[in-house]
Formats: sequence, C-alpha cells, structure tokens
Amino acid sequence: MSVAAGLAAGAVRRYRAGRRFRTSPAIVVSGSVIVAATVVAVAGPLLAPYNPDLPQLSQYFFGPSPEHLLGFDASGRDVMSRLLYGARTSMLGPLAVTLMCMTLGSLLAVTAAWRGGALDAVISSGLDILFAFPGILLAVLAAAVFGAGLVAPVLALSVAYTPYVARVLRGAALRERAQLYVAALEVQGASGVAICLRHLIPNLLHLIVAQATTLFGYAMVDLAAISFLGLGVQPPNADWGVMVSENQQGIIQGFPLPALAAGICIVVVVVAFNILGERLYERGEARQ
Amino acid sequence: MAESVLEVNALRKEFGPLTAVDDVSFSLPEGGSLAIVGESGSGKTTVAKMIVGLERPTAGTIRACGQDRSTPARSLRDRRRRGREVQIVFQDPYTSLDPRQTVEATIDEVLRLHHGWPAERRHQRVRELTELVGLDARQVRALPRSLSGGQRQRVAIARALAAEPRVLILDESVAALDVSIQAQVLNLLADIHDQTQVSYLCISHDLAVVRQLTQETVVMWRGKIVERGPTAQVLDDPRDDYTRRLRASVPHPGWKPPHRAQLAGA
Amino acid sequence: MNAEMQAAGGGALLELDGVTVRLPVEGSMRAVLQEVSFVIRPGEAIGLVGESGSGKSMTARAIDRLLPPGAAVNGRIRFGGRDVMTLAGADLKRFRSEVAMIFQDPRAHINPVRRIGDYMTEALRTNAGVPVNEASSRAVALLKSVGIEDGERRLRQYPHELSGGLLQRVMIATALLTKPRLLLADEPTTALDVTTQAEVLAILDDLRTDLHLAMLFITHNLEVAAAICDRTVVMYAGQIVEVRSSSRLHTDPLHPYTAALAAARPNIEATTPRLLAIPGRPLSAFEAPAGECAFAPRCPHALDVCRQARPALIALDGGLSRCVRAEELRGRLEVALHG
Repeated sequence: MSVAAGLAAGAVRRYRAGRRFRTSPAIVVSGSVIVAATVVAVAGPLLAPYNPDLPQLSQYFFGPSPEHLLGFDASGRDVMSRLLYGARTSMLGPLAVTLMCMTLGSLLAVTAAWRGGALDAVISSGLDILFAFPGILLAVLAAAVFGAGLVAPVLALSVAYTPYVARVLRGAALRERAQLYVAALEVQGASGVAICLRHLIPNLLHLIVAQATTLFGYAMVDLAAISFLGLGVQPPNADWGVMVSENQQGIIQGFPLPALAAGICIVVVVVAFNILGERLYERGEARQ
Repeated sequence: MAESVLEVNALRKEFGPLTAVDDVSFSLPEGGSLAIVGESGSGKTTVAKMIVGLERPTAGTIRACGQDRSTPARSLRDRRRRGREVQIVFQDPYTSLDPRQTVEATIDEVLRLHHGWPAERRHQRVRELTELVGLDARQVRALPRSLSGGQRQRVAIARALAAEPRVLILDESVAALDVSIQAQVLNLLADIHDQTQVSYLCISHDLAVVRQLTQETVVMWRGKIVERGPTAQVLDDPRDDYTRRLRASVPHPGWKPPHRAQLAGA
Repeated sequence: MNAEMQAAGGGALLELDGVTVRLPVEGSMRAVLQEVSFVIRPGEAIGLVGESGSGKSMTARAIDRLLPPGAAVNGRIRFGGRDVMTLAGADLKRFRSEVAMIFQDPRAHINPVRRIGDYMTEALRTNAGVPVNEASSRAVALLKSVGIEDGERRLRQYPHELSGGLLQRVMIATALLTKPRLLLADEPTTALDVTTQAEVLAILDDLRTDLHLAMLFITHNLEVAAAICDRTVVMYAGQIVEVRSSSRLHTDPLHPYTAALAAARPNIEATTPRLLAIPGRPLSAFEAPAGECAFAPRCPHALDVCRQARPALIALDGGLSRCVRAEELRGRLEVALHG
C-alpha cells in the first residue's frame, strides 16, 4: 500500500472514529432535550395556545381533550400553556445560579491554585466553612430573611454550590499549574493574570463546561423544591415547581395529570443535564 | 576582561533542614558555554531554577547582564526584562508546551510580550525562528500533539530564542530524546551558538553531551561544587574523587562496569 | 528455522522464530514487531538495542506474555523447548518462576503500602508454599548478593524509604528468588544516575556469571548493551537489523543503522565540532514503508536495490545483517563512524 493510500485510509478511520464519538446516543438525546427546553423557555409565550393565567373555575381538573392536550389545573387554567410559560422561570433560575457559581468558583479556584500559600489556605478554609451549609437550607433562610421570590434563593444557592465547583477546579488548576509550560511562561515574564486567563482556564474549559452542566441540573431540582415550598417563585406565576405545589391536591382527588406533567418536565430536563454533564466530563478526561 | 553575562556568588538554597545548594559560585563569560554537571540530588537543577526566578535563593547573589536578580522581580516590567536576559529550555518536551496552542501562537505570544511589533513583523520573525530550528510550515501550524519529542524541543528552543536572551539555560534539554534525534538537536544548538552568540548554561548529567556543547564545566555533588575547569580537562584529567568516579562510570565503546570489589564502600 | 538458530544448534533456552505482533489501535491492527527471530542459550546475555518504535520492549513483553489484550501474535516463542503462548496451569506457573522480569521504574511495580519483605517473599510463600522464616532468610541472602548488607533491616522498610538505585537492586534480588533461568531486563538502569547504573550493571554482570543466568537486556544505549552482553541485537521499526558480538559492534558494525546510532552519540573522549546526525526520526513497524528496507528513507548508503524488497537477514562474519549492501559496505561503515 503506498504512503498516500495509507494516509488516506488513516484519515478515513479517524473521521469515522470521530463521528462515532461525537454522536454517542446519550449526548444526542440529552442534548436534544436541553435544546428543546431552551427553545420553549425562550419562545414559550409564542407557542402557548392559551392564556396561562386565565382561570376558568368551572373547568377545574377537567381532563385532556383535543383542544387542551393536558387538560386543566386546579384553578381551571390550561396546563399545557402553563408548562410552556413556566419553562422560563424554571430554566432562568438555574441559569443564574450556574453562571454566578461557575464564575465565582473558577475565580476562587484559579486564584487559590495560582498564588498558593497563605491565600490558598484562607480560600480553602472559607470554602470548607461554606460546605457545611446545605443549599436548600441556606435558600430557605435567605427567603425568610429577604422575602420569598426568585432572587434570594438564587443567590443563596449560588453561595452554597460554589465550594463544590471550586474544590474540583482547584485540584485541576493545581495540576495544570505544575505543568512546565506554565513555568516557561513565568520565565518569559508573563503576568499571572495573563497565564491564568489565556492558558490555565482554557485548559480547564472541558471541566468547567462539564461542571456547569451538572450544576444546572442540581440547581433546577433545588429551585423547584423551593418554589414547591412556596418560598421561591410565587403563585400564580407559572413555574414547574409551583405547579407541582398548586396541583398536589389533584393527586389525592384522582387528577394526577397537572402535577405529574410539571414533575416530569423537571425530571426529564434535570436528567438530561446530568447525563450530558457526565458524558462531557468523561470525554474531557479521556482527552487529557 | 569581558564582563561575564551571568555571575553567581555564594548561592545557597535550603528547603527546611535540607541544604540543596551550598556556596555555589561561578561566572559565564559572554558568548561562552558552561556546564553544570551532577547526578540526582546534586542541586544543579535548583541552581538553574534560582537563576530564572522559579526558586528564591536563601542566600547569595545572582547577577545577569549586570543586573541583580537575587530577589524576586518587583514589577511586571522587571520580570519581562529578566525574561529577555535569561531563558530556559526544559527537559520534558511533552509538558513544556501548552497543548491548546499551535506552534505559531506559542512563539507569537512571546514576541508580543517582549516587542511591540505589528502583526506582519511578528509573523516574519516566527518564520525566521522556526526556520532556524528546522521546523517546516506544516509543523508551525500544528498543535503539540502532532509533533514528536524532538520537534517539540525545537519549538521550545525557538520560543526561548524569541525573547532574544543573552543566556540560554539548557536544563537536560536533550535527555528525553532518542539518540539519533539527540544528535540533531545538539547540532542545532551548536549552530545557534555560533550564529547568535547567545551564552549557554548547560545543566546535564550526561558527560558526553557536556563535552560536545561546552567549554567550561563545574561539577556539583550534594549541593557543593567539587571541581571546575575547562571541560576537556575536567573530563580527561579529573582531580576530585567524585568526578573520577563519575567519569569512570560512563559507558563508552569498550567499557566494562567496574567490578564490585572496586566499588567497595560505594 | 533461520540462519541464527541453525548456527546455535540445539540447547537453546529461548527461541523466537518469526515473531510478528500486531496491536489493536483505534479499531485496526498495527504491526509493532515483524519477523523477529533470535536465540538465547543458557547463561548467555543478549542485549536488545533500539530507539522509540523499535519494538524492543514489545519483544520482552511478548516473551513474558504481558502483551495488551487484543494483541495478535504470529510465529513461535519457545522456552526450554515448550511453546510459551500455549502454556497453562502448572506449566505456566513453572514458566513464571523460570523467567523473571525487571522494569525501568521499580516504584511503579511495587506496592507502596507493603513492606519490602512482604513484597519479596510473596511469590515464594503463595506459589511454592515456603514458610515465612525460610523465605525471609533466602531474601536476606539474595539482598546480600546484590550488595545490600543489612538485609533484615531492609525487609522491614517500605519502598519510599529506599532510593531508586536501592529499590532496583531489591527488584533484581526479588527476581532471583525463584531461581529463574532467564532474566528479562527492560531498561533497568535508564532511570538511574550514571554512578548507580555502573553499580547495578556490575551486579547484573556478576550475578549472571555466578548463577549461570541467561539475560535479555533491553536498552536504548549501545554502549551499555555492549558492556555486559555477549551479543547485541539491534532493532529498528519492529525488525531485527543486526546481530553482532558485542566486542565487534563498534569496530565492525554490519548495518548502517548501527553505525549511525553509534556515530550519533557524542564522544566523551574528544570534542567533535558536529555529530553525524541522520535526518528524519525512528519509525515504528506500522509507519515504515512496506516492500523496501525500513531504514532506506534515512540511510546515507541507500541505493535503488534497497527499495525493491524488504531485505532478509544474511549471515556475515559470525553476525547477521538485514542490509543487502552489508558485504560491500564493510569497512566503510567504520569510516562513517569516525569520519
């Protein structure tokens, strides 16, 4: 076989291997779910067939029909429309938590890993203290102090989740920092900030993305729970967690669909994020 | 007398109770090449790290290009200036390059750090440097993972030279390479030395490599200098016991390991 | 049966006959060894020299049945007349006690949370049922033979308390506990300081002659192989390219690659302005061009005849060479060495 043919065969093999890898069914399915949820979150109001806030008390808990695919909820509102509207807050909250958490966590982790010594000790101790606070507890506390709504629980969860993110990223950042190319850049006289931003963080990006994805799922569950407890998004706003709470009576009365539908939405999206996050982490580790 | 481009005086480094470097002094003349020879635990790598600022001396002074660098640089500008005085090529070609940066980007980053040149000029300089170290156009655009160990070392050399240093420290720079590739890189280093007048500080345990590359040698053992002199003299006629033992242990054509009885007490 | 084995006659301890090994990489099988054949007689030391991709480590692993899963082996490996690849049960156990292997990095092969004594005597205690006291005293005796005098104290220590050189000596002693007939040494001194290397080489040399132990010594360093081995096998791109008695290897090499390898080393005895460096880099078996001499692309002596077919090993002056021009290049290779 000539060299050119050998190279071509090798290229075809690599292409096929890459395609197989990239289109692993788990990633495709979970990715699709997340994309769908995002589209709904953005375009919900345009997609919803009915007004989600219009109560028609005479219709309460009426079952599914061709015009109302998921029926009515406890207040006679169209369940499908409420789900579509509710995607907004259900996704927005976790998004805010994830963004704040990853930013804060990455900053703390990279700073601690880069500077080392006393600063690392202080940051690590601070994180250890934060570990002691379970997310939901802190969120409940925040809601009690600052009032119910989306803001206080989101901030509280961000603070509570930061140490998890920071701990993982700190370990990875320490390993990256020990690499010789970092030493080479230091000898060149590059600033610590430049090295961290241009080299450390990009080499940690796979880990950051994987962490963020998984974090989104956890935040979603916790925020839904908080809304269920009545401390997060307030009724009558449409929100999946709120919907479960509003319609829980229906389960006992024999009309489980409204609560179940909201619950399933939460579960499906969270599982999708968890699976995607796990796969991304594995891929990232394999590449390293 | 020509001013030495690197001068180390009474250098000392302690790690807790362990003295890794003990009263080390030497000077590297402009355009010269000096070897620091030693085995593990000799302290030679620690000396190199102190010179480039990766470790801080416990005592003693280091002067490069007439400027003192015994204490950490105080400003970013100082650190950059020091980068233009002394550069280093490490032993491990597999971790000394950022895996996400192409060769071109790696060298360009160093050029941007030290010179305020426009893109075109930098591009041309990248081409000059990569040609100097023997890399072709495809390799310049490649990521480190597509390059072999020898090619990566060439990139590391080009990156170090991009800062136009007066002193280049070669920290076991060929030790991790295959023998035939080692020869290529050694020839390259000799050519660069001739063409650019950069001074070499060669840290190595390999006496043959030291003979090939350097004019003066300093032998370290357990943190101290035990012998110094012109390389040929130190290798052909060692005076110190340790140097003798080191020399006798190097395999060469026709060599046999000294019989165990001769090593009694070792 | 190839030329070498015919020359050896009977009584070979280890025989490799046309060994070809392919490994699964990214879904396809890649050759890493091609038609490797040589013989080790009892008590003989053979050096196996090569650079990256030469297949030298893979050869040792094939012999000791340590190839990665999915590896395909063609050809025969015979130890004491028995086919190694088909051994099982009690035969395999006996094989493992007769063939010992030591590696480049002792720390990677020893459990850091167990004491040295546990590690050394484990094989004896579990496989041969030797009582602890007897196993320990045997261990102490062997430690003495590798130059470690206070054996009892060492047995109680943990691996991290020993230096690299000491640990490698412990590995050698451990390998000898089962009274092997063949020692496979995969770059045992590469990671050691030069002075420590000299000590360990001396120990291996003495042990070999004292115990009539056969040895396959793998290294990238031609001079080290020549120092303690009777014969040296040079490998390139998964093939044997030269077999030569160590004393003649440098003065009268039979293959351009051997000469190039020797010339590429800087000379410690005299300063030379430039080294004779051949362009290109060492290839693995699957990278080498098929249907021609694997070294031809880099060889300073290559002619058209070299690119027409893969050369066979030819016998020459007591050695073997895989070069079609070996006969006519004799003497001229030496010039290249010192020129």
